[in-house]
Amino acid sequence: MAIELKGVTKVVGTETHIYPTDLRLEEGAFNVLLGTTLSGKTTLLRLMAGLELPGSGEIWFNGENVTGVPVQKRSVSMVYQQFINYPNFTVFDNIASPLRVACVARSEINSRVENMAGLLKLDNFLGRQPAELSGGQQQRIAIARALVKNSNLVLLDEPLANLDYKLREELRDEMPRLFADTGATVVYTTTEPLEALMLGGNTATLYQGAVSQYGNTATCYRQPANLKTAKVFSDPPINTAQVTKRGERFYLDDKISWVAPTSLRSLKDEVYTVGLRPHHLSLEDSEQETVSIEAEVEIAELSGSESVVHLNVRGNAWVSESTGIHPFEMGQRTNVYMQVAQCLYFDHTHKLVQI
Amino acid sequence: MNKLSNQRAWLFVVPVVLLVAFNALIPLMTVVNYSVQETFGNNQFFWHGVGWFEQVLKSERFHASLLRQLAFTTMILLIEVPLGIAVALCMPRKGPWVSVCLVLMALPLLIPWNVVGAMWNIFALPDIGLLGKMINGLGIDYNFTQQPVAAWVTTVLMDVWHWTSLVVLLTYAGLCSIPDAYYQAARIDGASGWAVFRFIQLPKLNRVLTIAILLRFMDSFMIYTEPFVLTGGGPGNTTTFLSIDLVKIALGQFDLGPAAAMSLIYFMVVLLVCWIFYTAMMRNEGQS
Repeated sequence: MAIELKGVTKVVGTETHIYPTDLRLEEGAFNVLLGTTLSGKTTLLRLMAGLELPGSGEIWFNGENVTGVPVQKRSVSMVYQQFINYPNFTVFDNIASPLRVACVARSEINSRVENMAGLLKLDNFLGRQPAELSGGQQQRIAIARALVKNSNLVLLDEPLANLDYKLREELRDEMPRLFADTGATVVYTTTEPLEALMLGGNTATLYQGAVSQYGNTATCYRQPANLKTAKVFSDPPINTAQVTKRGERFYLDDKISWVAPTSLRSLKDEVYTVGLRPHHLSLEDSEQETVSIEAEVEIAELSGSESVVHLNVRGNAWVSESTGIHPFEMGQRTNVYMQVAQCLYFDHTHKLVQI
Repeated sequence: MNKLSNQRAWLFVVPVVLLVAFNALIPLMTVVNYSVQETFGNNQFFWHGVGWFEQVLKSERFHASLLRQLAFTTMILLIEVPLGIAVALCMPRKGPWVSVCLVLMALPLLIPWNVVGAMWNIFALPDIGLLGKMINGLGIDYNFTQQPVAAWVTTVLMDVWHWTSLVVLLTYAGLCSIPDAYYQAARIDGASGWAVFRFIQLPKLNRVLTIAILLRFMDSFMIYTEPFVLTGGGPGNTTTFLSIDLVKIALGQFDLGPAAAMSLIYFMVVLLVCWIFYTAMMRNEGQS
């Protein structure tokens, strides 16, 4: 029961929301759509659901072309960023509503709703109305409603974005377990790279209306196929700079250079883009092979246990993220240490260089 | 805090006290004053107790106008609220037509009451009015200056024309505030158009409709200018609503005592209904 997009596009007015997209999401897998706001995540979900028609291309589900099939005839359920429940129904009636529309027998409705309520820890609230419950519980109702249908495709559109931090963590930890037994294909959108990594499964990264990569979440993170994926899949954003390869060394400029990894030494001598994640740019020298660069501090954001320091590194606006508290004055000069072994290199077409 | 600063604080309250006094308290107390006294002119007053209240409450004339008033208000609410919701549901949610519709809807609300009355008076005249002439041309005998039913139909029609827009605009605002996701969720559930209205839109419109009904109740219950200009309360007494009757007693017959007692009873009825609405609204508030 895989869902497959074949050359799907969506253009609204003069704006292209989705560029031609081919994507095959496997059956029973947990799929994450990762992208910044306005990258087209929600549009893609709506296209998959059948709430919108693609401008061109086809959508196949379970080996069948479902492009023109209206949403109520498909086996789809959806959870939204806002907590969408029937406002004057009790929790029980809310969860039961899709079953009632489908004319399921009363006794079966009771057992399925109770089962689902147990799974989502709603057993004690079945007689209440959604508005009387907390945001986390309201979203649990919406998730229960989506799951109770046993639909083949479950779409979750940033379901945790409106929850506060603590509830979000709690529900996020439960997510993969909730969907594991259903056998449904789950598509989950998020703007947060961390959330994608914690949910696991597969990830498709979206950048300005186009899928830049699809594959195992950890692989997408460690080996982004292109610069777009690397940018989407890094928070704070990945540090980039133009480097020139000459012989066995990469040159940031005349003074800063380092030895290229053995596998890349045979590369053509030209300009490349180097990418370095913020936590690989240290403020203290470590045992690893590093290159020391003098930089100017622009802003230092200190949280309880981490420091995010924005720097001007030889003309590039870079960010360093490290554990511990590192207070800096604005304009202060300091040395930063690039862990060159962690550098990613992209060629002029912004593809990852791998040999 | 010492006593001196407390005393000084009263100075700041004085403007508000004066304003409220001249605005509400003194006029109201004058009415209360009239309602418990009898006068034979010459500015001499005699204590009359609750006599006027008894008289008004027992008078058939008051019963008749109260009944007329209640019938009118009920009709207005029964027509304007469903009609307003229906029109609001039909209005476009986006596109260039939104502003056109909104302006068209707001137009009747911008017309002064006596102008509305005069307009409809001319519009419905059986010999020269566009509407009156047309109805008669269809072979229906229609003359709102002589037939009670025709007078009622015309008055109700005029109020519907004038005020349905208010319900439309309030409902439309309420509809616009429902997130799109609700409609999508309903579509995914396979809910019918009626189910969407009954289980999503209506519950979500709950509060805004309470306000619309409250406003329309108060306004129609206190209606004066439009029927006064249109029918003058006639033919006979058939469209003499409470406030028209009140003015007839107070200014026409100059019966200050009964008029004052009637005003207070009138005031109490409006206050009571508002209180009921307020309580209902606050209970809803507590739920969500």
